[in-house]
Amino acid sequence: MSKPVLRVQDLAVTFTSTTGGLLQRRERQIRAVDGISFELNAGETLGIVGESGCGKSTLARAILGLISPNRGRVQWMGEDLTGLDEEALRQKRKQLQIVFQDPVASLDPRMTAGDIIAEPLWTFYPHMERLQVEERTRGMMKMVGLLPNQINRYPHEFSGGQCQRIGIARALALNPRLLICDEPVSALDVSIQAQIINLLRTLQRKLGLALIFIAHDLSVVRHISNRVLVMYMGQAMEVSAKADLYRRPLHPYSNALMKSVPIPDPELARRVRAESWLTGDMPSPFQRPRGCIFHNRCPYRINRCEADVPALRRMESGDWVACHRAEELDLSI
Amino acid sequence: MSERTTPSVEDPFAQALAAADVPGRSLWTDASHRLLKNRAAVVSGIIMAVMVLLVVFGPMLLPWEPDFTDWDHTSSPPSLETGHWFGTDAVGRDLLVRTLEGGRISLLVGLVATLVSLAIGVTYGAVAGYYGGLTDRVMMRVVDIIYALPFMFFVILLMVVFGRHILLIFVAIGAVNWLDMARIVRGQTLSLKNMEFVEAARACGVDHNAIIRRHIIPNLLGVVMVYVTLTIPQVILVESFLSFLGLGVQEPMSSWGALVNDGAQDMESAPWTLVFPAVFLTVTLYCFNYIGDGMRDALDPKDRL
Repeated sequence: MSKPVLRVQDLAVTFTSTTGGLLQRRERQIRAVDGISFELNAGETLGIVGESGCGKSTLARAILGLISPNRGRVQWMGEDLTGLDEEALRQKRKQLQIVFQDPVASLDPRMTAGDIIAEPLWTFYPHMERLQVEERTRGMMKMVGLLPNQINRYPHEFSGGQCQRIGIARALALNPRLLICDEPVSALDVSIQAQIINLLRTLQRKLGLALIFIAHDLSVVRHISNRVLVMYMGQAMEVSAKADLYRRPLHPYSNALMKSVPIPDPELARRVRAESWLTGDMPSPFQRPRGCIFHNRCPYRINRCEADVPALRRMESGDWVACHRAEELDLSI
Repeated sequence: MSERTTPSVEDPFAQALAAADVPGRSLWTDASHRLLKNRAAVVSGIIMAVMVLLVVFGPMLLPWEPDFTDWDHTSSPPSLETGHWFGTDAVGRDLLVRTLEGGRISLLVGLVATLVSLAIGVTYGAVAGYYGGLTDRVMMRVVDIIYALPFMFFVILLMVVFGRHILLIFVAIGAVNWLDMARIVRGQTLSLKNMEFVEAARACGVDHNAIIRRHIIPNLLGVVMVYVTLTIPQVILVESFLSFLGLGVQEPMSSWGALVNDGAQDMESAPWTLVFPAVFLTVTLYCFNYIGDGMRDALDPKDRL
């Protein structure tokens, strides 16, 4: 097994929300990311899934240092990123890049496609010749399936899928080693989604990228990932190899997520729906359940779940799960 | 299109690759197209261009000096025969040349004070909004404090300390006007800095100064330009007001405000001394307002159709 390129240890991000005026000032903590740990190997794809608001995007930003974490470490090639000062971190940005969720909003509407893709080059290679920058920009456009002669067009003249290609080209302009995709296709048509995902896979293979792929669409994650991290309220519930997760999830929450995927066969759908299903909503982030964070929605809870917090532990299969009853439950799909 | 006239069995993608660069239409191009369709704004723009030419070159072409006293024609009404097309004032100075000269001062005050407020306000507001937190709070409290000073008091104080000088008017008006600009820019920046493209720039390693220069300010410009075109007439009006109170420009220099003030005193005996400068002033104010309105509509087409 190769050495991991990225090692995230006990990463936590807490936001403070202030309410009330001067006199009745109240501060409340929201634990957006709460002790996440995982490792990522070179060339590997880790999918991160979870409901809206579970902290997926915050995790992505914390790994890149766009948000500074309150606790924990992010080690990139053995070097701790969390301890770096701003300038040192900026230098690391060459190797760690991100593709955003909203393809249009992530492009400056006043810049041409060429300028957007060239901006990282201007930043890190200020002495690069203009022609050379343009040549590389055109090369990048070709690589992501855009016509290089559209270099002078503006974002509003492209479709959503094309905008996302520009976003990918910008992220790859510096030859990064890790690409984090923060729900890169959730704003796109289904037909375009497939194109973008296949593009990402091709590029990953070609460039040997390590990929973190965040999504709430399980079939998308299944298509692209080697391993999947299931997140719930800022915590990791399960980190499993893709095949294991989709065949036999270890955590009741993963199971519930799998079952929530729409099934195009009504017969089968009725049978699956008849089985256990999540009750209630995600609890308020201000009132986190004691014990296992998932216990109030879990159909398999026992008394212990309300008292003890289950640690993320390694199972015989090599997968990781945070559930007291992981061994006894059979959640095969 | 040439692609259509030359059918080929080749791969269309390869063909498209070989095609020449497609020109882009920036948001600015789109906006200027819309602005050119706005008749009121275009007419106002032409009138203002003519006005500027008149004011700059007019006095050179006229036979009169602005401080020349024509003893044969004091308080004479407009006439072609005397050569005083706009008439003369009580001391026999040609009103046309004085109106044009006054226009120079009025437009110059409008332009310079606005540029000063633009430079200070945009930088200040963008920095406060972008960095946020304590920086923002301190910077905006400073704005609040200056804002709380009564404007007239401030001007009179400056006059008393430094004496009357045209520069003081620039300083006084500029010092007050940038506050509004700073507030507007800060508000815009607050919403811009949370946009994904700013975060994307940060993720690409772009430093803060470059983000403000390259991403924040260009995206602010639409709002700022509209505000500028509405500030110019406001500043001209403030200068007129100061001149009207006798705090503005001093003889023999003049401005539209000062001329209107003089004219108002002789209104009954020599109404033309009021009418001509007043018409110039009003037309200018109207034109700037129409241009500002047109720009606002052109830059924000979703607002109204």
